[in-house]
Amino acid sequence: MSPFEEQPVQVSPGPDTVHKTIIFDDVSLSFEDLQVLNGISFELKRGETKVVLGVAGSGKSTMLKLCLGLLRPDSGHIYVLGHDITAMREEELFDLRSQIGIVFQESALFDSLTVRENVAFRLMEEHLPEVEVDRRVREALSFVELEEAIDKFPSELSGGMRRRVGIARAIITHPEVLLYDSPTGGLDPITSTTIIELIMKQRDVARTSALLVSHRLQDGFMLASHYYDPATHSMKPVNGRPMRDVHTSFMVLRDGKVIFDGTAHDLAQIQDPYIREYIS
Amino acid sequence: MKLLHPGDYVKRSLLAVQEYSLLSARALANLFAQPLYLADAIQQADLIGVGSLPIVVLTGTFTGMVLALNYSPTLERFGSLSLTGNLVSLSMVRELGPVLTSLMVAGRNASGMASELGSMRVTEQIDAMRALGTDPMKKLVTPRVIATIFMLFFLTILSDLVGLFGGYIISFFKLKLNTYQYWNTAYQALVFNDVITGLVKPIFFGFIIATIGCYYGMKTKGGTQGVGRSTTQAVVAASVLILAIDVVLTQFLLELR
Repeated sequence: MSPFEEQPVQVSPGPDTVHKTIIFDDVSLSFEDLQVLNGISFELKRGETKVVLGVAGSGKSTMLKLCLGLLRPDSGHIYVLGHDITAMREEELFDLRSQIGIVFQESALFDSLTVRENVAFRLMEEHLPEVEVDRRVREALSFVELEEAIDKFPSELSGGMRRRVGIARAIITHPEVLLYDSPTGGLDPITSTTIIELIMKQRDVARTSALLVSHRLQDGFMLASHYYDPATHSMKPVNGRPMRDVHTSFMVLRDGKVIFDGTAHDLAQIQDPYIREYIS
Repeated sequence: MKLLHPGDYVKRSLLAVQEYSLLSARALANLFAQPLYLADAIQQADLIGVGSLPIVVLTGTFTGMVLALNYSPTLERFGSLSLTGNLVSLSMVRELGPVLTSLMVAGRNASGMASELGSMRVTEQIDAMRALGTDPMKKLVTPRVIATIFMLFFLTILSDLVGLFGGYIISFFKLKLNTYQYWNTAYQALVFNDVITGLVKPIFFGFIIATIGCYYGMKTKGGTQGVGRSTTQAVVAASVLILAIDVVLTQFLLELR
């Protein structure tokens, strides 16, 4: 072949960013001497809810912050909604973040702002008309059944109410991906069920992709075994109903590594002694 | 408590200087970038400026009075008591007005900024703001820098005026000086360079107060204890830096005479 002859172009297949909203490709991260994530790879499909389980310190919350570009990995690539966020500058990330909603572990509501201002924060930053802001705030608060708290400050709300305001703030822009960081952590069982029902409602009504970090196994199993019925405004058990896919999978982290990634059925059948002990 | 290796200590110190320089550079660059949060800047100006008025007025007045009291025995010895206004005026406008006002504002507002932003940091509110697509540097830091520089400039002028008035009270009631004599010597003592020196300093000091307060607030970690630590460090660092930059500025501005 002459040196001037055209070489066939080698096209790399690349990650499938059409059907996957989040792709972690061999991601590692350390804080000083502590290895938090060690070569993590996984994918989140469109419309799928992935429940991330693991003991405290296994790197679950860090993973969510990496999805938003709030932290940068030491190595590997993270693709979010088709963008390789590891190659993006902070200024470029601000636009992408508007398509992602996050509910923080302790809600992280702005304590000097009212519920209305907290929920409307993103819309007010975009300078939307006041009438439009008000309509969407009421719509989001109605979704979490908390319209009456619109003028209250976060300090006047209970833990469960703060978590619900956090969800309203996350969904107000109808994001394509939702990230939940221990949304039921520190809540009583009844309030936890209410929060899980809201997450289920968002999954089944809006079909939003979601990563849900939790150390409560029952949250994950409830999501995998129930669906939200808009007719009765409540969740119902799947009970092996055909055609009812709840699009929920599980991932287990241990010492910064993925040790399980599969369905609820696979998780229940697994023989790994560490996972068996964790789920028992 | 774990002892730090000297090499690690130097590395940490250099890293802190680098982070502070980056924050300062970004705060300056954001003055010319959109969006500029003017409403937040006005709110901060009210908190910093109007809120600091009582402390600045009291400090200025008492400083002027003390200056007149301290200078009078020496001036009397040389038969120059009439120059009291001259010395009070020069001391207040060139040095004590800007420095004392800045130290007072640093004590009140650098600590306030560090604790407010520090609390936001440890409760993940800063991360939430970034996650919601808003740059905390633009929304939180730049308005505080604008407000502190702007308000410190006018607070210094006010402090100079009330300081002169404090000196006048002592001169008139205790030293029995003539009103015209005091104000005339106070006015005649000042040349253009003195006024410029007194007005340039608060611009630099305001920038130091806001950026140091915001820097310690934004890098807070370790819960409520960390917030307390950041608050203390912010006041100490801002005060020391004000005095150190004052030496450099004074030398530089004297050479412009």
